[in-house]
Amino acid sequence: MTPLLFEGVRPYGEGSPVDVLVRDGVIAQIGADVEREGAEVVRGGGGVLLPGFVDLHTHLREPGREDTETIATGSAAAALGGYTAVFAMANTDPVADNAVVVEHVWRRGREVGLVDVHPVGAVTVGLRGERLAELGTMANSQAGVRVFSDDGHCVHDPLLMRRALEYSTSLDVVIAQHAEEPRLTVGAQAHEGARAARLGLQGWPAAAEESIVARDCLLAEHAGARLHVCHVSTAGTVDVLRWAKERGTRVSAEVTPHHLLLTDERLETYDPVNKVNPPLRAETDVAALREALASGVVDCVATDHAPHAVQDKDCEWSAARPGMLGLQTALSVVVETMVRTGLLDWRGVARVLSERPAEIAGLPDQGRPIAVGEPANLVLVDPDATWTVRGRELASVAGNTPFEGLELPGVVTATVLRGRVTAERGRIRA
Amino acid sequence: MGIPSRGAPLARRLAARIAEFSGVRVPTGTLDVTLYRDDLRRGPTRPLEATALPDGGVDDRLVVLVDDVLFSGRTVRAALDALRDHGRPRAVQLAVLVDRGHRELPIRADYVGKNVPTSRSEDVSVLLEEFDDRDGVVLR
Amino acid sequence: MKHLLSTDGLDPATAVAILDTADNLKRTLLGREVRKLPTLRGRTVVTMFYENSTRTRVSFEIAGKWMSADVINVSASGSSVGKGESLRDTALTLAAAGADCVIVRHPASGAAHRLADWLAEAGTSVVNAGDGMHEHPTQALLDAATLRERLGTLEGRRIAIVGDVLHSRVARSNVHLLHALGADVVLVAPPTLLPAGVRTWPVSVSHELDAELPAVDAVMLLRVQAERMTSGSGGGGGNFFPSAREYSIAYGLNDNRLRLMPEHAVVLHPGPMLRGMEIASAVADSPRAAITDQVRNGVHVRMAVLYHLLAHEEETA
Repeated sequence: MTPLLFEGVRPYGEGSPVDVLVRDGVIAQIGADVEREGAEVVRGGGGVLLPGFVDLHTHLREPGREDTETIATGSAAAALGGYTAVFAMANTDPVADNAVVVEHVWRRGREVGLVDVHPVGAVTVGLRGERLAELGTMANSQAGVRVFSDDGHCVHDPLLMRRALEYSTSLDVVIAQHAEEPRLTVGAQAHEGARAARLGLQGWPAAAEESIVARDCLLAEHAGARLHVCHVSTAGTVDVLRWAKERGTRVSAEVTPHHLLLTDERLETYDPVNKVNPPLRAETDVAALREALASGVVDCVATDHAPHAVQDKDCEWSAARPGMLGLQTALSVVVETMVRTGLLDWRGVARVLSERPAEIAGLPDQGRPIAVGEPANLVLVDPDATWTVRGRELASVAGNTPFEGLELPGVVTATVLRGRVTAERGRIRA
Repeated sequence: MGIPSRGAPLARRLAARIAEFSGVRVPTGTLDVTLYRDDLRRGPTRPLEATALPDGGVDDRLVVLVDDVLFSGRTVRAALDALRDHGRPRAVQLAVLVDRGHRELPIRADYVGKNVPTSRSEDVSVLLEEFDDRDGVVLR
Repeated sequence: MKHLLSTDGLDPATAVAILDTADNLKRTLLGREVRKLPTLRGRTVVTMFYENSTRTRVSFEIAGKWMSADVINVSASGSSVGKGESLRDTALTLAAAGADCVIVRHPASGAAHRLADWLAEAGTSVVNAGDGMHEHPTQALLDAATLRERLGTLEGRRIAIVGDVLHSRVARSNVHLLHALGADVVLVAPPTLLPAGVRTWPVSVSHELDAELPAVDAVMLLRVQAERMTSGSGGGGGNFFPSAREYSIAYGLNDNRLRLMPEHAVVLHPGPMLRGMEIASAVADSPRAAITDQVRNGVHVRMAVLYHLLAHEEETA
């Protein structure tokens, strides 16, 4: 493999620009006079060099809904967004609740080769919340599943959740919960509050999330298991997480970019591009989530990238499917909401987009320090450039971005997976 | 029957004069023609005016329509259509204060206060105390 | 006015203009043999009803026909709607076929707003005839017309809206419109049937009907849908109140309660009524009830709405 030279980059946005040489998929030299002979040069322009991003929460839709996203197009979107590893959720058709499906997803990801695609296994058979899926078989398959989730559905039966947590301890895997008490969200369409009430949209109460998170923290603590909370959306959940972490519960949590930027003010147009589960919340929730991400109560950012077909989005609100694209906009939203506000520096960005998610999922070669001898999973960011989001121009098959037309800061200059450039200046490098 | 807005007080004034000069009390009413106009889609929404039939209705009676200015004749045409929906008069006549010409329909007034030759671009406004604090006709 | 989607944000002057037009139309048509006006000749009005509501659809249909519009009824059964065609495609088809105005009733909140977006290019007007739990603006206008008729004015009048406010589009439309017209609104319902954030609405809230009745000028009763009761599986999971009996005891308008109201106070109900539960038969049939007036005024108000939407020069949306 041709050596790769990053010329004039600032690791973690710190210090003066340096050169970084990558050889054989590993960082070989960092400094002023690195060996340039025969190396492909990526001009850094003083940009920020970070460990490649890791997304714990992606819907790649393959198998089943290839009309909205495939492992190939989703991988491209991930590479363009600065990601070097993504976790593909299990709610495909067929469901990824057995070794055959998870190995298929894992193999397709390898064939595409733009990003490490790690399948998430379902916790229960068919995501039905009735009996445990074969967690051990999936964990020990070629795909080596390390994260299990029924995302899209809550494992709401407390006994089943307890068993899943207990069982997971022998496999050293993590159970990622979509926290939504289903009886409290019958027919729910939008964040329960004055706005949804005025618009006649049935409310999705914060307590439906908070009560499950509290319950699961207690269950995880008693089982000595690891719990990961998907897409935290309320200030109350932040309080519960803080309390649980202070007690020493092994709980981690993610927040999505859209919950860091958007509020239920978006409901006013009834445009379902803004429909998502959990729903866009109030401004006070957004503020609490930003604070929690900065302080570490919420560990990381995960996209909940959810492509949907036009007919499932350009319809009446209640008929629309929840979810929005996120892979190519996540960094920019984090820069807009966390860096520009002074809540995070670039070390912090590396933590929430790369290091913590890699730790939570137990990936040994991702989210590593930028140091000689470390695997070259890297992303180079131009922190000062801005771009305007256009759904049609994104790499996903679907175009359902809520950020359409927004000008956002932070552009991915290049993404490198094990020493190979996967995306550069908005283009995929096959 | 006066056609609102300015035809309505004119009709009442005419009835008062008739009573004064001849002792005959003539019932009056108003006939709003807005809903019968053929030019509604050529301007902003027009508010409706009141329609009030004279006591005893219009069937088999001589109805004199009263308006301030006779111009294209379209208002009168609308009035004839409106009147038809309220009953079947014995005969219908037309009285106007000013006839300024430029008819677009075969309509003629039976009683004219004054014929005023105008050009199309001119504007004829009838002022009435009931609306404008003074009586007068302004040609611009 | 291009569309009538909600009373929320409807400018009071426009609301008053519609009510005045309705008054005029009512007087113009009173006692006439020929109840037909040529005003909307050549205009095509389509009613699209995705929920059964004979009364509202018929009211709109009569309104359109009395204005000489060509009225076409599309219902969820017996058209491509039943074959799973999307609302958007159905609307675009109707617009392409020449509809000047689409009147839509739909179970999804916001459906009328979406239609207005999709039809912006075609220039078709949209009237919301009830969308989910959101709004039903012509119902609020006909209620206001009825109240104006009975009470002279709405300015400073106290109106109690009683019942299932949470799920009621009629309540939402009435709250906005009555407030805009200067009335003083009190919502009376059990806490389970009041929406989140109701304290931010321009109303007062009470759980005690008897305490409110002596001071009201009108009581507007809302429908309480059977599926909201006890073990229902309807929207929100049921159990909003223990039983029809307990609801009726606390919030039903019976003869005794009618006597608590001032002499002049009026009773309204948007229909269809659940006699014996929300309203006692004796009350519904008493001269204090303006329920048939509401239906009658409904036609004139809807005629007025069509007039304000269609009888003027093209507006760019």
